[in-house]
Amino acid sequence: MKHLLIAAGLTACLATGASAGVLDNVKQRGFLSCGSNTGLAGFGLPDDKGVWTGLDVEFCRAVAAAIFDDPTKVKFIPLTAKDRFTALQSGEVDVLARNGTWTQSREAELGLNFGGVNYYDGQGFMTRKKNNISSALELNGASVCVQQGTTTELNLSDFFRSNNMKYEGIAFATADEAIKAYDSGRCDAFTTDVSQLYAEKLKLVNPDDTIVLPEVISKEPLAPAVRQGDSQWFNIIRWTHYAMLNAEELGVTRANVDEKVKSPMPEVRRLLGVEGDFGKGMGLTKDWAYRIVKHVGNYGESFERTVGENSKLKIKRGLNNLWSKGGLQYAPPVR
Amino acid sequence: MSGGEQGAARPQVPLLHDPRFRGILAQALTALVVISLIWAAVDNAATNMRARGIPTNFDFWDRTSGFDVNQTLIAYSAISTYGQAFWVGLLNTLLVAGIGIVFATLLGFLLGVMRLSANWAARSFAAIYVETLRNVPLLLQLLFWYNAILTPLPAPRASLGMPSVTLTWPDAPSFALALAAAGGAFFAARFARSRAEDDARELLASVGAALGWIVALVALLFGASVFIGAPGGGVLHWGGPAGVYLNNRGLLLPDPRFGPGFEWVMAALALGVALSLAFGIWARRRQALSGAQSPLALVSLALILGLPLLAFFAAGGPVTLEYPVLRGFNFQGGVRVLPEFVALLLGLSLYTAAFIAEEVRAGVQSVARGQTEAAHALGLRAAPTLRLVVLPQAMRVILPPLTSQYLNLTKNSSLAVFIGYPDLVQVFMGTVLNQTGAAVQVIAVTMAVYLTISLATSGLMALYARRTAWAER
Repeated sequence: MKHLLIAAGLTACLATGASAGVLDNVKQRGFLSCGSNTGLAGFGLPDDKGVWTGLDVEFCRAVAAAIFDDPTKVKFIPLTAKDRFTALQSGEVDVLARNGTWTQSREAELGLNFGGVNYYDGQGFMTRKKNNISSALELNGASVCVQQGTTTELNLSDFFRSNNMKYEGIAFATADEAIKAYDSGRCDAFTTDVSQLYAEKLKLVNPDDTIVLPEVISKEPLAPAVRQGDSQWFNIIRWTHYAMLNAEELGVTRANVDEKVKSPMPEVRRLLGVEGDFGKGMGLTKDWAYRIVKHVGNYGESFERTVGENSKLKIKRGLNNLWSKGGLQYAPPVR
Repeated sequence: MSGGEQGAARPQVPLLHDPRFRGILAQALTALVVISLIWAAVDNAATNMRARGIPTNFDFWDRTSGFDVNQTLIAYSAISTYGQAFWVGLLNTLLVAGIGIVFATLLGFLLGVMRLSANWAARSFAAIYVETLRNVPLLLQLLFWYNAILTPLPAPRASLGMPSVTLTWPDAPSFALALAAAGGAFFAARFARSRAEDDARELLASVGAALGWIVALVALLFGASVFIGAPGGGVLHWGGPAGVYLNNRGLLLPDPRFGPGFEWVMAALALGVALSLAFGIWARRRQALSGAQSPLALVSLALILGLPLLAFFAAGGPVTLEYPVLRGFNFQGGVRVLPEFVALLLGLSLYTAAFIAEEVRAGVQSVARGQTEAAHALGLRAAPTLRLVVLPQAMRVILPPLTSQYLNLTKNSSLAVFIGYPDLVQVFMGTVLNQTGAAVQVIAVTMAVYLTISLATSGLMALYARRTAWAER
């Protein structure tokens, strides 16, 4: 199936020439086409009613809310790690919000732009408790299951090489097969981004027999990506995230946004479009940020609902806390 | 003939009405359209890719890959290049496809013949096998075998072990006992043949002969002490650190290290092969002249296995084994057969064998019944009839579809990616593609590789078909 996708992507490469702006295309089409994970709890996963949920999914809903004032006008296209960039490059999706790492080569060589980092992640390991180890530095000689087609294999190799340790890596096409192999005892450890470790752990037969080791062996700033060459669209993607962050910082929530419109605070008034018209430059209405908060909520709400305390994953805010609370999430001001 | 048509008597026609010219013109125009379409597509893709900043060249080929592969037939590590990673993947594909083709062919021919057997049990088994295996999707079978292999196997710490083995000369009592038992068995067999009219005695003598051979073999391998309590050892000696392990990380075998003197063993092997070839030619000529048959298989086996074995002992056992040792999570050292490899090999061979079996059945059924009857009338028994009369004729029907089964097996091996076997698709079209982003180049190279493998297989099979074809009459 994924080869078909690549083929479809290449065909699209052959077919499409220069096109109008992405925003115009999206408006004309009537919905946003969002590349998402094939199924990763907390980030992008259809629930039992077929409704997509997750941090990346809510980001796409926020973009749709800003454009259409309707968070449901999104079509989610599940993409494997291997196909995702081809699908974005070929124009099959408008934005790729699929826990993708922002790296230099992906911007310089693949022709992509990464928006605001909506999750600061890093690669880690999980292993069985009965192995009795408390650090990834004790994994010398271990067999490690890994999902192929990501930078994960490169980081894994780097980690063992730089610590002068041996390992056996078994690479699988999908995370599902990799986690099954780990569960059957083929591997001593499973490695991927820490956020994903917590999600995959839930799929194990006995999730409590496995622990996530403390080491984080790579920097993985996860950010939504767009094609280069359309600055307006890139601004919309980047500022959707910043709007959610600013809302959290200013205390604007889904519940109180209608009251906050009456707030005397100039920053809040500018953000919600009461003063000035900051959406115009991006081809949006002036209440673009109001729409985002009204339909989806601020970043903190979205985080807790999808991956944090109110979810099954129970991941702590940590690096993803606001800069004012010891984290890395920092948004430039709307003015 | 054509020269005559172009003779002077031919009426002059306008060039456009000349069928020959029109044919060439049509072909040239078609070729032009096809080529320009392809060129336009390639050019358009390249332009679009450049506009989007996607790499369009092969610069990545010589760059450091930075990732590891757990089965490499050539020297490879994370500091090797993407080009070397390509060869690693290709060789892994060829390894599993090559061995798979051999297994599938052997099993397929056996099953195909079994389906036509007079024996009800054999016939039914083959029928059930074929119907089941060819009707279940291959990917399901691969996942099944992978789980079926991994689930029952223990973790490395609880490995199933086999003690190590060393080979020496048997001691004198063992040798004597083996010789005596073999001699007894030989004479018992002769006695059984001479008493063919007396069923009870024949049976008794046959059983005695079989027992004798078993005693001879056991005495030779394990020593006379097994039977008569006297101290003494055979060829095989057990003990020392365990040498062979089986766990959910694979099958671990000792890694043979060849010491000085091993060249004599290789020389003996070469001599054995040469001698058995010479014996084969001699035996064929003798049969052509006198009709007398020679025990070709037995003599070849003795030459090819026996001579190197003698040389091995004479050179003082110039092979040392490096045993795998459990260190931490896994065994270090030794040679390892990956469970992914075994699962893929099993899945591919068993699945393809079902199709080959049907083709063999079709081939055998295409041979006229009279051929078998004529062979029986000449006094050939069932096995030689099949081997010498039916199969050679059936091969003409079997070969073309057999070729496409070989191609199918090779292409199906790309499903390896689902069970973590590092084949070409997994390593090259997977990791390399993702790390370099050079999708078009990588997919083009992969397609070219499969095309080349397929064409080479077809070519070899066509060559074989031409060699075995009958002269048309």
